[in-house]
Amino acid sequence: MTIWISIVIAGIINYLTRLGSILLIKPERLSESTKKILGYVPSAVFPAIIFPAVFFNETNTIVQINDPKIIGFFVAIVIGYISKNIILTIIAGLISYWIVIFLF
Amino acid sequence: MSKKKENLLKGFYDVSPLLLPVVPFGIIFGAIGIELGFGPYITYATSIIIFSGASQIVFFQLLSNGASSLIAITSSSVVSTRHLLYGAVVAQYLSKLSLIWKIFLSYLLTDQAFAVSQEFFKKNSNDVYKHYHLLGAGLTLWIVWQLTTVIGILLGSIVPEELGLSFTIPLTFLALLINYFRKIDHLIVIFLSGLSSILFYEAPLKSYIILSCVISLFIIFLINKFQKKI
Repeated sequence: MTIWISIVIAGIINYLTRLGSILLIKPERLSESTKKILGYVPSAVFPAIIFPAVFFNETNTIVQINDPKIIGFFVAIVIGYISKNIILTIIAGLISYWIVIFLF
Repeated sequence: MSKKKENLLKGFYDVSPLLLPVVPFGIIFGAIGIELGFGPYITYATSIIIFSGASQIVFFQLLSNGASSLIAITSSSVVSTRHLLYGAVVAQYLSKLSLIWKIFLSYLLTDQAFAVSQEFFKKNSNDVYKHYHLLGAGLTLWIVWQLTTVIGILLGSIVPEELGLSFTIPLTFLALLINYFRKIDHLIVIFLSGLSSILFYEAPLKSYIILSCVISLFIIFLINKFQKKI
């Protein structure tokens, strides 16, 4: 039973983090500099999801420099920079990662 | 085609490439829930009640490692705090909507939906029906997440582990940043946040995500302020 209560509490808090700003923030009250900083939100949040997933192993240790994930990561950056295409970036990263895993 | 329907479909279309990691991740999550002994109902309930892959995984991992409910709830909530920032960004575009819309769209505000819809909002800020884009993207992700959780629960780990599909998660988020690769200020934020996340990875309650956001946003705020003065 406690687990159900825990899930509901976690769900409510999670939901409130999504609703909170949408409900409370009045855009006309935001200063220009705040709006500018909010423009950086994707660049501030996503790397914190990307980097640990690339640079740490399942055992929470830093990966080697020749790890397949590092190779895939840098190939994706280069292809992303050149192509500006989301699908191509994901595919290029995944395929180069697979090449390193399965061929070497 | 009506503008509403057009935006709804655009949301679906824009988010579809991002489903590549969501599908295996949903299946893996469902299978993990069963493997860790939470049973089908509890595993599925988290997908509908919490509806956030990262928070759900953290919640289950901590509980199965013997952590108290309090720690599990707190950590999964700390992981969720990034949504406060997402909300602040989209609030600029959704302020005129009714309360019902805000209550409903908030439930659908996931990482991927935020990523594609905030781009759309920026480019279409005068469109009265722009929120249908978030509805389309959010509903797509919701349906796929529910279905794949159920598949994982019923069939177990049908995704071969050797494929290393969990690597598609960082790849997708990386792909979402490609438009910023040519902007030096964004590159500074990306680098600072990435570096902070590595340095603070072991911080308590999985707080490294929100810590990295706050640090990188604060430094770019200082840089912008300093630049204005000179």
